[in-house]
Amino acid sequence: MNSSDIAQLAIVGISACILAPFLGSYMERVYAGKPHPLAFLGRFERFIYKVTGIDPHEQMNWKQYTVSLLEFSFISIAVLFLILVGQGFLPFNPQKYPGLAWDLALNTAISFVTNTNWQAYSGEASLSYLAQAAGLAVQNFLSAAAGMAVAVAIVRGIARGTDSREGLGNFWADMTRSVLYILLPLSLILAIALVSQGVVQSISGYVPTLSFEGKNGLIPLGPAASQIAIKHLGTNGGGFFGPNSAFPFENPTPLSNILEMLAQILIPFAFPFLFGAMVKDKKQGYMLFMVMFVLLSIAVWGSLTSELRWGTLEGKEYRFGKAGSALFSVLTTITSCGAVNAMHDSLSPLSGMIAMFDIMIGEVIFGGVGSGLYGMLALVIVAVFIAGLMVGRSPEYLGKKIEAREMQLSMIAIIIPNFLILVLSAVAISLSAGRAGIANSGPHGLSEILYAYSSGAGNNGSAFGGLAANSVFYNLTVGLAMLLGRFGVMVPMLGVGGSLAAKKRVPQGSGTLRTNTLTFGVFLFFVIIIVAGLTHFPALTLGPILEHFLMLQGVKL
Amino acid sequence: MSTSDKSKKKGYSFTKDMLFSALGSAFRKLDPRIEAKNPVMFIVWVGTVLCTVISVVGIIQGTNASSWSFELQIIIWLWFTLIFANFAESAAEVQGKARANSLRAMRDTVVARKIGANGTIVKIPSSKLRKGDNVVCEAGDIIPGDGEVVEGVASVDESAITGESAPVIREAGGDRSGVTGGTRVLSDRIVIRITADPGAGFVDKMIAMVENATRQKTPSEIALSILLSSLSIIFLLAVTTLYPFSSFIAAESKAPNILSIIELTSLLVCLIPTTIGSLQSAIGISGVSRLMQKNVMALSGRAIEAAGDIDTLLLDKTGTITYGNRRAVEIIPVSGIDERELAAAALGASLADETPEGKSIVYFIRENYDDIQIDNQGIFVPFSASTRMSGIDRVGADGAADPLRSVRKGAFSAVQEYVLSLGGNLPKDVDGICERIAIKGGTPLVVSVGVHILGVIHLKDVVKEGIKERFARLRAMGIKTVMITGDNRLTAQAIAAESGVSDFIPEAKPETKLDAIRKAQTEGHLVGMIGDGTNDAPALAQADLGIAMASGTQTAREAGNMVDFDNDPTKVIDVVEVGKQLLITRGSLTTFSIANDVAKYFAILPAVFSGFYAGKSALSGPLEALNIMHLATSHSAILSAVIFNALIIIALVPLALRGVKYSPSHGATGILRRNLLLYGLGGIIAPFVGIKLIDMLLVAIGFA
Repeated sequence: MNSSDIAQLAIVGISACILAPFLGSYMERVYAGKPHPLAFLGRFERFIYKVTGIDPHEQMNWKQYTVSLLEFSFISIAVLFLILVGQGFLPFNPQKYPGLAWDLALNTAISFVTNTNWQAYSGEASLSYLAQAAGLAVQNFLSAAAGMAVAVAIVRGIARGTDSREGLGNFWADMTRSVLYILLPLSLILAIALVSQGVVQSISGYVPTLSFEGKNGLIPLGPAASQIAIKHLGTNGGGFFGPNSAFPFENPTPLSNILEMLAQILIPFAFPFLFGAMVKDKKQGYMLFMVMFVLLSIAVWGSLTSELRWGTLEGKEYRFGKAGSALFSVLTTITSCGAVNAMHDSLSPLSGMIAMFDIMIGEVIFGGVGSGLYGMLALVIVAVFIAGLMVGRSPEYLGKKIEAREMQLSMIAIIIPNFLILVLSAVAISLSAGRAGIANSGPHGLSEILYAYSSGAGNNGSAFGGLAANSVFYNLTVGLAMLLGRFGVMVPMLGVGGSLAAKKRVPQGSGTLRTNTLTFGVFLFFVIIIVAGLTHFPALTLGPILEHFLMLQGVKL
Repeated sequence: MSTSDKSKKKGYSFTKDMLFSALGSAFRKLDPRIEAKNPVMFIVWVGTVLCTVISVVGIIQGTNASSWSFELQIIIWLWFTLIFANFAESAAEVQGKARANSLRAMRDTVVARKIGANGTIVKIPSSKLRKGDNVVCEAGDIIPGDGEVVEGVASVDESAITGESAPVIREAGGDRSGVTGGTRVLSDRIVIRITADPGAGFVDKMIAMVENATRQKTPSEIALSILLSSLSIIFLLAVTTLYPFSSFIAAESKAPNILSIIELTSLLVCLIPTTIGSLQSAIGISGVSRLMQKNVMALSGRAIEAAGDIDTLLLDKTGTITYGNRRAVEIIPVSGIDERELAAAALGASLADETPEGKSIVYFIRENYDDIQIDNQGIFVPFSASTRMSGIDRVGADGAADPLRSVRKGAFSAVQEYVLSLGGNLPKDVDGICERIAIKGGTPLVVSVGVHILGVIHLKDVVKEGIKERFARLRAMGIKTVMITGDNRLTAQAIAAESGVSDFIPEAKPETKLDAIRKAQTEGHLVGMIGDGTNDAPALAQADLGIAMASGTQTAREAGNMVDFDNDPTKVIDVVEVGKQLLITRGSLTTFSIANDVAKYFAILPAVFSGFYAGKSALSGPLEALNIMHLATSHSAILSAVIFNALIIIALVPLALRGVKYSPSHGATGILRRNLLLYGLGGIIAPFVGIKLIDMLLVAIGFA
């Protein structure tokens, strides 16, 4: 690692750690409806409620909240699907692109509504400006806001006192506040910063060029900066252009690279602090943050070590180098962002495995906006249960008893993504339709498939590369993974929130398990590593681990 | 502590008969209908049967000539795994039943003398008795069923249940009317109303609690089952999807797919949490048995778990914290009066007082002023609740009452009123003496002769020996003790300070207990309570843990969720410890079970995958690098893991039956740290060592 790599790592890490606590406490004020610096935007908020007829004070129970979430999401999928299929008939289409095939449109619609942003298409070669800006960019905001709203609702359930009139909050109000007070202002700042670095923001047609070899070419343009800002802040990751953040128009300078990395971890970093503030025990938030941060540090260390020792520059931007690519790959996979500045299948086998494992572990290491917190809470509940038994009390978390129902729902939330990754990968590798997409032979081929379904089920959206994913088979199976990987975790966790909300709070005593201690943090760390490790280690053994040892032996495949 | 000594003596001895009985039952439990009740072990059962069928077919067809001895060994150990798991449960059942059965056998043969409709006595077998029947028991009779004494008083030998040889008194009407079937009447005649149908008595409930089939699972047990089943599903997914993955790699590396059903099953059995899965019910049953060893009967498993959870304990002062009766500890004369004069008057006034307090005064004066003559001439005025005084009315020479010589002893206000009514007045210092006694937690009784007040008797509630240490231990467990007493605040405060309770509620009325429990519960506390009287019943029912004394009224016994046959209120500490141990044992073995998997991966995965990309010259391919334990061959590696997995179950049976040690001194985080090191870190390391040793042994004896 040279000094600029170290500086990059330090700047991103330190500034995220400094900004996150402030953002967390700001978000707590926003969601609780307390006074905050941007409260002057309240007239817009009230205007939205007035137009849409929403009563922001109407409290929802977990079922009402879930129904609102699902209604909203499925209508979004339908609308986006229609825009993508029908873009040929719609305005702002200077390149006169035709509508997408139904399977690709469906895959893309699910992808953007579930905050996955898996891209089986290439933006500049198939989408109109309208589809990008009114379709995808809008969902970049809304899907991120939905994840944040759900996380906040679940935490309200945990934190709720004895007042049974309180519910989990109001879905529509939480959505509105997430967008208006958090995502839009941050995006505005970031978009301006990115434009200053040279990211394009234009609605003109593509510029024809003549290359040095004398060939005709097109320079793609578009309203990119505005979309790229939310792509990172909302942990969406769907690039405006196909090569994503490896493309100079999307990520032109070292500073833009730093800003994009910082943006994708900023809100996920803030969520543990938001949690601590909401449950009125800041140490709880610090504990979760520390566990996430240690997992992140190990991933960064492992990825950098492997990349610097065994990596090559093939498939990477020379501008970012091996270290810059490895760091970006970790930050984008832990957060479920999925933006890339290098092709992940060009990472050294172990760095590629770390990227894959970051996703397989569940949205736990900070994870997506909001989704990272409730993904972590599922594992916290498992850890609290075992640790609670070990201290001789029937287990409780923040004063709420953890019983059969919470355990059942948390385990469903843990099993579903793992089920999708393993079973769909097994199906894909067994069928010729699945094997047809593989670009490489041997263990690397298996890695491509494992990565694709991990990325879908984990709502990450980054691609390993290599896999030809735009086929009916992959569009539908990855679509299924994204859909169930999102709502198969959200809905049970909302159920946990609802169930805990209804419970009496047990006061803490000296016999109570403290969940804000180092001891519990260490235990939680091992529960996460062992559960995810035991689930995925066998498959990873045959993929990247085998590839790594083959590489060491110099075997050519 | 004495209880732990006792449990060592009584506890975990396992006779040869019990061992055979448990083994027999372990085989009977191989029945799939029984195995299906435990999802984790059912997966093992299905895999084992599948492997057996495949291997036997292979042997008959001669298709597994090269590997049949390996397959056979794996299959044998898989069956052992199942049998060991069943044995763990059977052992716990046998141990629990051994105790319960001796009670049942004893009363199956009892002849009951039932009082018929017209008052005649009919002899019928106890099994024909129904709830509501009245039976007569005389000296030497065995009481035919659980019931309540409705007539008479008798001494009863309860040693069959409690192990205590000293007889106890059971009488109609009071708070000591409960009798248990199987105990023996030693003297007198009592009429008992039977309160339970045959098969529904305490002993029958005990037996049901130690049989897994009829035992009801507790809330945390259900949640744990969900966790274990879910983990099993995850591992089932990981192992079954491994087959297509390895087929693909095998095809790519041009090697045969070496993964067989036997190997996949071995991997699966090693990964799913068989250790805790097989010991789970044994832990639950042993909790019930351990309580029985302490002579406490839990009416549900849920009650035992609740016991581990309580953080507030309500205790009656009388009988629990103090010996129950106030005793005289000193007499204080007012100024100008001789102490001996006061002593003589106090003695005289107390002769007519049959209450324990009165007797204690007589006893105190006789002990300390042995030369004082008893003057019992006159008319005795016994103590009554309305006058709150006792004494002797002296009679003059003319045979008429002489109030000026009459002695009285009683509550300050009562004596004051009495003296003033005779025209006397109060000495200046009597007020101060009474107050000083009250501040110390004592009760002042004022003594008068005629119109003169001579002095004050200091009655004191004597705190039981060792109670302070017990409360300290409860506090270390995180349990707040609250004393409930009818005494005034000053008295209560003094006793509270002396006994070390955390809090107290003075001037309590009968309904105070129920209110206190409800209040604590709305604050989210889990409340334990001990009681015996009928007026305790609502509170016992409301409490999360209600321990009724077996000697208590039937109403009280039915209201609580545990019955203590020793009638020892301090037993609650043992009960709480058993409840906590039960949870700790479950949590620790779950941690151990999951931690074990790490080593098993490193044993099995390189063994099954080392054939991939093996060059022409090399025997093993690149994944051999994961064989960090350097196990001899792929067969020995898989076999060692399976054998370790089976043996660890048997090795942990004693721990499951005895329970993981609970020491409250470190606080919750300290306990967690200790158990994580022991069962988490230990759970990761132990199988690395164990599997390697088994592998070396297998190689040494040529089995692999």
